[in-house]
Amino acid sequence: MIRLEKRPSPSRFWQGATPVLAVVLTMIAGGLMFAALGKNPFDAIRTIFWDPLFHPQFASYSRPQLLVKAAPLILIAIGLSLGFRAGIWNIGAEGQYIMGALLGAGVGLAFYPADLWFIFPLMVVAGAFGGWVWAMIPAILRTRFNTNEILVSLLMVYIAENILSSMSLGLLRNPEGGGFPGSRNLSQYPAASNPEMIAGTGMHWGVIAALMAVIAAYVLLQRHILGFHIKLAGQAPRAARYAGVNPTGLVLLCMGISGALAGLAGLFEVAGPAGRISIDFNVGYGFTAIIVAFLGRLNPIGILLAGLLMALTYIGGELAQFMLGLPAAAIQAFQGMLLFFLLAVDLLSNYRIRLGYKKEAI
Amino acid sequence: MTRPDLLRVEGVTKTYPGVVANSDVSFAISQGEIHALLGENGAGKSTLVKMIYGLVKPDQGRMTLRGASYAPVEPRAARASGVAMVFQHFSLFEALNVAENVALGMENPPPMKELASRIRAVSQEYGLPLDPARMVGDLSAGERQRVEIIRCLLQDPKLLIMDEPTSVLTPQEVDILFKTLRQLAAEGTAILYISHKLEEIRALCDEATILRRGKVVATCTPRERSAREMAELMVGATLTPPARAGGNKGVVALEVADLSVASPIPFGTSLKNVSFRVAKGEVLGIAGVAGNGQDELLLALSGEVKAARDAVRIDGAGIGDTDPTTRRKLGLVAAPEERLGHAAAPDMSLVENALLSGAVRQNLTRNGFIDWPATERFAAAIVADFDVRTPGTQVAARALSGGNLQKFVVGRELSQSPSVIVINQPTWGVDAAAAASIRQAILDRAAGGAAVVVISQDLDELLEIADSFAALNEGRLTTPRPVAGLTVDEIGLMMGGAHGMEVAHHGH
Repeated sequence: MIRLEKRPSPSRFWQGATPVLAVVLTMIAGGLMFAALGKNPFDAIRTIFWDPLFHPQFASYSRPQLLVKAAPLILIAIGLSLGFRAGIWNIGAEGQYIMGALLGAGVGLAFYPADLWFIFPLMVVAGAFGGWVWAMIPAILRTRFNTNEILVSLLMVYIAENILSSMSLGLLRNPEGGGFPGSRNLSQYPAASNPEMIAGTGMHWGVIAALMAVIAAYVLLQRHILGFHIKLAGQAPRAARYAGVNPTGLVLLCMGISGALAGLAGLFEVAGPAGRISIDFNVGYGFTAIIVAFLGRLNPIGILLAGLLMALTYIGGELAQFMLGLPAAAIQAFQGMLLFFLLAVDLLSNYRIRLGYKKEAI
Repeated sequence: MTRPDLLRVEGVTKTYPGVVANSDVSFAISQGEIHALLGENGAGKSTLVKMIYGLVKPDQGRMTLRGASYAPVEPRAARASGVAMVFQHFSLFEALNVAENVALGMENPPPMKELASRIRAVSQEYGLPLDPARMVGDLSAGERQRVEIIRCLLQDPKLLIMDEPTSVLTPQEVDILFKTLRQLAAEGTAILYISHKLEEIRALCDEATILRRGKVVATCTPRERSAREMAELMVGATLTPPARAGGNKGVVALEVADLSVASPIPFGTSLKNVSFRVAKGEVLGIAGVAGNGQDELLLALSGEVKAARDAVRIDGAGIGDTDPTTRRKLGLVAAPEERLGHAAAPDMSLVENALLSGAVRQNLTRNGFIDWPATERFAAAIVADFDVRTPGTQVAARALSGGNLQKFVVGRELSQSPSVIVINQPTWGVDAAAAASIRQAILDRAAGGAAVVVISQDLDELLEIADSFAALNEGRLTTPRPVAGLTVDEIGLMMGGAHGMEVAHHGH
């Protein structure tokens, strides 16, 4: 019989090793799934994890994509991880991402075609503000009326999606677009665009913002009393109150930071890689970032690595669809497996597995 | 008179990783005997009775019940053999009534009506009046204990194990309980009575087995020994009572006036018009049966629950509506009763836990940035000064034993040069030597000019260290009185007497 025994202190070895083990287990289970779909599992795994970076033909296109996809994931996941550590569950980053993009793009387009230096910085502020406002709604509802922020923030995503459709068909529609939905292309409006800085790298302002967020979150959690209070509130809420943490303030702070970072991610995306507001502007970064946050163990450095890994499976997954004809659902299932295994083997850092019969029942 | 042995325990040994809980323990209980199991916290009493009740399996040794081999694999088997146990912590559902709670503990409960009449009959017979239709959430601790006892008595036990039964009772309620236990013993039920309260054991028990560090160190007849002799057998050392400086008290440092707050705890007790004053250098002891507002009083004083501004004053300034950080800045420290999860974060290291409440007064942050080296020094100083047994300061709090964590938590608060100290259950779960050193440390702070409020359920402790004494009863505090000259009866009445519970003994 197998049983679990709680460790006296969390194992440092397993805390580091579980993400690696989860990736390996995902490759095995995913490989079996690909085999069941009639594909060569080794080809599929290689196409997902290796070819995007090193394939002689495709790598030149897909390598810059790595940073382009990873940056919003990391930026959003960093914000979410602070709340998750404190036991505040913002599930609606996707909506905050949309609202940041809408407000940021709206500010930029309002100045069209003026060429002023402050337009892009102002859009950045507006983007963060849009995400922050959208996150404040579930935050205030929770602190005022004790609603569940998981449900409210999630439902706010669908509202944001509808506002996005309405905006791309109405207020923000490109007047010179021949009636097609979608806004002007910001990448063709230099004062409001977020261009690739070095050709062929995928480097843009969003990547820099993501790296800065990683460093800031690391310092906050390791060195600052606020980070300590965030961890404390998540681990032992009553001890946090005893330590003097104000639970209401913490909810507003964590929701606010995660909303603002998601809004920023949306702004950098709309002004850069996406270029414009359109009905299908959002592609699920806000939800995938939840996986990234947990895959990175809610640790800023872990999130950086997890974001890159997740971006790789996205790009590799697209490549596998295109090269091997794998269905999109299979790729999503593969990404789901990653989270599943991560949560499952996470147990090992706090418990050890013992084989043999129970000695006593308590 | 020699009565036949009911239960014999022979050479029982139980080892946990790193600890020998019981080593070669032997003793016997005869029918109708009240047998005390005496020992400090951690002496192995609980492990021993868990083995008798089938919760834990011994590694070695054997037990016989009425001459037959007895090795219960689970509590159900123990109950089937006639062994029943009343735990220190009740397992009752507050939102269910008495009869429903009793039914939940039975293998084949009879219909509710029949059960209710049986509960009434048994409760009358043993002088434990109890209304089967009442909600457990509304009962006092003493009445809840009655539910547990009656649940056991309905199984007609041959051996009744009682784990620290008087820790939740007033002196008057203790008297009622003892009458019941004597009546049971007279009818032939053996009682295994676990306690560390020596006077009770001298009053009640026929025989005593004294455990120290998992071994039987003595068996004696309690009536023939003095409490001091037994205490020294239990501790294995000569005890020195704490020394205290004579009391010239200063000005009032902490003043609580008409403090009323609703309890944030479900089924908790709200505080009603609590008033007291503590002067610099004074120790106020607050007694009371568990669940009469002790937790709420600590929360209201620490700042975790807010009250009216002028309900709590430090040095004359109203702070009743301020948060814990503000109060710490003014010199107030508080140590809650629950160590894991309230006073300390279980999964955090001792260093992080030192920061938890020490950040403000020890200046462990600069512009919000944590000074980890200073925090580590603070944690190491607590560990050294209060003899916390731990491999290091990076160990998670949950890895420490209860007593060691208690020393750490109390030490952390006392090490912050406080001017007002509020402690709930300062020596809960620590061994006698450590308890003595904690009490000494509290008295030293008082001698240094701190105003101290000690909330405790251990009357002996309060009488030993307090200058004045008050009791909490259903959220109300009695008027504090000087300890000198108080009698146990008066204290009992302050704690609420028998809580309206009548002695209903019939002459059998």
